[in-house]
Amino acid sequence: MGNDAQSPDAAASVDFEQVQSTEQFQELRKRHRSFVFPMAVAFLLWYFAYVLLADYAVEFMSTKVWGNINIGLILGLLQFVSTFAITGWYVSYSNRKLDPIASEIRNEIEGHEFDKHGNRVGGANK
Amino acid sequence: MITIATAVDVAALKDTTLLNMGIFGLFVAVTMVIVFRASRNNKTAADYYAAGRSFTGSQNGTAIAGDYLSAASFLGITGAIAINGYDGFMYSIGFLVAWLVALLLVAELLRNTGKFTMADVLSFRLKQRPVRIAAAISTLAVCFFYLLAQMAGAGSLISLLLGISDWGGQALVIIVVGALMIMYVLIGGMKGTTWVQIIKAILLIAGAAVMTLWVLAIYGFNLSALLGGAVETANNPAVLNPGLQYGKSETSKLDFMSLGLALVLGTAALPHVLMRFYTVPTAKEARKSVVWSIWLIGLFYLFTLVLGYGAAALVGADTIKSAPGGVNAAAPLLAFHLGGPLLLGFISAVAFATILAVVAGLTITAAASFAHDIYANVIAKGKADAATEVRVARRTVVVIGVLAILGGILANGQNVAFLVALAFAVAASANLPTIIYSLFWRRFTTQGAVWSMYGGLGAAIILIIFSPVVSGGATSMIKDAHFAIFPLSNPGIVSIPLAFFLGWLGTVLDKKSEDPAKQAEMEVRSLTGVGAEKAVNH
Repeated sequence: MGNDAQSPDAAASVDFEQVQSTEQFQELRKRHRSFVFPMAVAFLLWYFAYVLLADYAVEFMSTKVWGNINIGLILGLLQFVSTFAITGWYVSYSNRKLDPIASEIRNEIEGHEFDKHGNRVGGANK
Repeated sequence: MITIATAVDVAALKDTTLLNMGIFGLFVAVTMVIVFRASRNNKTAADYYAAGRSFTGSQNGTAIAGDYLSAASFLGITGAIAINGYDGFMYSIGFLVAWLVALLLVAELLRNTGKFTMADVLSFRLKQRPVRIAAAISTLAVCFFYLLAQMAGAGSLISLLLGISDWGGQALVIIVVGALMIMYVLIGGMKGTTWVQIIKAILLIAGAAVMTLWVLAIYGFNLSALLGGAVETANNPAVLNPGLQYGKSETSKLDFMSLGLALVLGTAALPHVLMRFYTVPTAKEARKSVVWSIWLIGLFYLFTLVLGYGAAALVGADTIKSAPGGVNAAAPLLAFHLGGPLLLGFISAVAFATILAVVAGLTITAAASFAHDIYANVIAKGKADAATEVRVARRTVVVIGVLAILGGILANGQNVAFLVALAFAVAASANLPTIIYSLFWRRFTTQGAVWSMYGGLGAAIILIIFSPVVSGGATSMIKDAHFAIFPLSNPGIVSIPLAFFLGWLGTVLDKKSEDPAKQAEMEVRSLTGVGAEKAVNH
């Protein structure tokens, strides 16, 4: 199949269950989920609230605020703002909280600390 | 100052045909040279499908924007806003917010676990054969729906530009577009396709920016005055309010909800978007790509708001509807109104390029899925060498190209954004539950995946067949038949929850459980990027 992103040799003999059970990995998993899940729920709720308003509260959405600009348009543009804001927030969170710990674990695996057979895991250097 | 809309002389457009074709020809010539140069190093399967994983995050992000901002976004949304006002804006918001699902839940994890296709990830810890086949079938189905939409866009554009309204003439041009697309993909593979998308994204966003500034300048950079102009031309203040298209009845309101659901959940399940994450070397670059594309796409959709209302104000809904190409003609007509034949020529060439690039991206995704998932892993049981696999992929490209040409000739006249929304509904139903479950739910099993994928795909397609899109209405594909027993034109509100439910049900009823070692491997790989972090150098 040619070359892959997943070179099978590099991590073939790693005991992934052992890695999974380490405190370090559990911490990474917790940090990842405790950010992405609440955030996903939040933006989906906000989006569907907006869709419901546009669908069933036409009067309210049509209220003019400034010139011809109504609440519907403002809420719609706020969807853009919130999307940009969440994107920025996630990037800074990942850079600070996820990437360092993920690369630490990766280095440990590739430096064969979790080798099942006590062999050198090929190709990786710390 | 408010300019009174001057009628656009649609018949005069024919005179600019040569100019349009010249600009388009120039685009094809330039991109072909680039594709040739880019393809010289295509040797392995990773080169052909994943561009050797050599693109940077910002390059890939631009290419994703190029892939995503299809004819649906440019022609379809502008047209929808020009005619239905606020309800068209809804498409922009759904299409954009959807990227958060991709950013937060899918992109990086997928980049870390897969090789070339969506099925790589879905079948990682489940049984290879059934899951791969199901994933490949849904990939092909989604790509087919999306291709139909793009080809319908090509048809609309051609009928407007060349004034060709006869079936044969339009068919001929669709054949030319299809043949060009086949050439790009055959010669360039993923690398060539990516470069075409990058160039096209820059041209499209620049073109839209120029038109947006132009429209705003006419109204003294006052959004309120522009909206006022749209109200005046339409002679209907309701164009600024929600509900013009979807507020007519309780059924249409439900349809709007269904559309909203499909839009926001579809993006992260589109196989051709997912495949783009494999063209970067690391998960961090995958994240960067998504961030980059969110900014570009968001910016572009803000432009379409101005362009849509600009077309409503300056061209007028009646002129747009009666032009050849109908709703999809709003953006080109606005370009003609603003900058005459030259801007129309540029914008039309960009729109053509858009269709060409998106169709190329879809085709390579479908071909990769067939060659890698069905041929190499199921038919040849993993024993095919890379050269054979790529050869199969290239042949598949030709078959898909021919199917796209035929489909495009048949699917003409519908709003492109609307057709794309159907592709989103199919993707969200067939793929998203399995992607989410297999990344985040430890207990998820093969039976759950297979039930969810076939159930979601089947439900979405069956509901579309029995919907007013296919039969019974004035805008249906088959006008004279009446078998529309499902009242909504978008199936998402039924098929997406159903697919999530089936994934859960199939798993809890499954007596077998999956290998916990595989689950551990997938989870560790997906979060840390072990084994996937280094670029493949050749």
